[in-house]
Amino acid sequence: MLSPSEVKTVLEAALLAAQEPLPVSELRKMFDEEIGADTIRRLLEELREAWKDRGVELVATASGWRFQTRVSYQKFLERIHPEKAPRYSRAVLETLAIVAYRQPVTRGDIEEVRGVTVSAEVIGRLEARGWVEVIGHKEVPGRPALYATTKSFLDDLGLRSLQELPPLEDIAKTLDFTPTPPPDSQPAPAPRSEPDSQAAPGESATAQHSAV
Amino acid sequence: MSEPAQPAAPTPAPGGALVASPPSALVASAPSALVAKVRGEPFTELPLDLYIPPDALEVFFDTFEGPLDLLLYLIRKANLDILDIPMARLTEQYMEYVEVMRTRNLELAAEYLVMAAMLMEIKSRMLLPRQTMPDAGDEDPRAELVRRLLEYEKMKLAGQKLDALPQLGRDFFRVEVWVEQALAQRLPQVNVLDLQEAWRALLVRAKMMQHHRVTREELSVREHMSLILRRLRSGGFAEFGELFEPGRGVPVLIVNFLAVLELVRENLIEVTQSESFAPIYVKLAHAQSE
Repeated sequence: MLSPSEVKTVLEAALLAAQEPLPVSELRKMFDEEIGADTIRRLLEELREAWKDRGVELVATASGWRFQTRVSYQKFLERIHPEKAPRYSRAVLETLAIVAYRQPVTRGDIEEVRGVTVSAEVIGRLEARGWVEVIGHKEVPGRPALYATTKSFLDDLGLRSLQELPPLEDIAKTLDFTPTPPPDSQPAPAPRSEPDSQAAPGESATAQHSAV
Repeated sequence: MSEPAQPAAPTPAPGGALVASPPSALVASAPSALVAKVRGEPFTELPLDLYIPPDALEVFFDTFEGPLDLLLYLIRKANLDILDIPMARLTEQYMEYVEVMRTRNLELAAEYLVMAAMLMEIKSRMLLPRQTMPDAGDEDPRAELVRRLLEYEKMKLAGQKLDALPQLGRDFFRVEVWVEQALAQRLPQVNVLDLQEAWRALLVRAKMMQHHRVTREELSVREHMSLILRRLRSGGFAEFGELFEPGRGVPVLIVNFLAVLELVRENLIEVTQSESFAPIYVKLAHAQSE
């Protein structure tokens, strides 16, 4: 029977030697005796805590737990690996955002949001990266492919689930030029305003409501 | 082509506006600051009419991801309220850009023209006298445009946020201790018994190979045909059974028998039997003819 701290050391060794993130279910297989998933998770948290002042950290992603270098030390590591990862264009990033936040989507859906044609190359780059994949076809004429993000997209961004995506910004707020934010709670029937007049609060609320 | 009805100078973004206009370098507010570089020449002042040097137009348009992006830029630049867009002003400004693109024969994506038509349509619908019917169908003509602008802006910002997240391979690396075994090809285990078995199998096969090779030389039907003919050369009959030597094994018997059949087929010998179960006699065919 292993003591908790021995189990923790085994977990550490396994995670350091692993080439892919290891889920708790996989980690449990290492032990003869039955160790509860909750216990493993608690020990992993302790392990994470134990590494907190080190150059690498233990993180939980969608596929499981893995050790990774800390972001704050990247600027030093880059001097050893000078080849910089290329940044994605806005077209690619916006497409990725639409797939991530609105999945499953067709190419038509993406084009509808962006207001421009989405080239096959843009989606192709995301597919090549393993971040976006076809998960089915919409049962409409033409049967367009439905795109969704993959587990490795979450893994690569250090996310455990889509719930952890950055929250969408309330645009009405950022674009609000009046000192007081528009009351978004009351769906007051909007009085018609003239085209060039200042926004009436009620109008704002209605438009905002329809935008959601 | 009329001048766009703009505020005289680009006003600094009011507090709370978190969104940066995409071509901010081209519309910087400080006049002394470098506005843009066109073919290496710095521009410190914005051209008054169109805000952009004509040569930079193409570059300028390239910074937009489409008509929605351009519209958002115009709305923000003029501090227009996106929830209450003054359609006349926005359409006019938008058309300015589109017109300039057209007169300069720059290739304009079709989406820009579609959007132009949409703006015109909304604008004209706004001018029509409003129907006073209380029920649905009386939606603000701008609603759909606003919905699309907001959704696009949301996704545009979301894209930036995703890009800002730490990314594997760009902002951090996977840590992996170099474990030789994990990287080396996993090889099968071998024990003494396996080795013994392998050696035994090898021996058996070697024996078979050897045996096989010898039999092939030994058991030639042709050779046995000659042997039989030689035995019958003295003339007269030989009893069928005498031609065979059971002691030499079944393979030899078979080959010998095949040799007899072959000799019969080639009319070299004659096989006779007076009645069923009587002894069979064999003699040379030509010997009889003599």
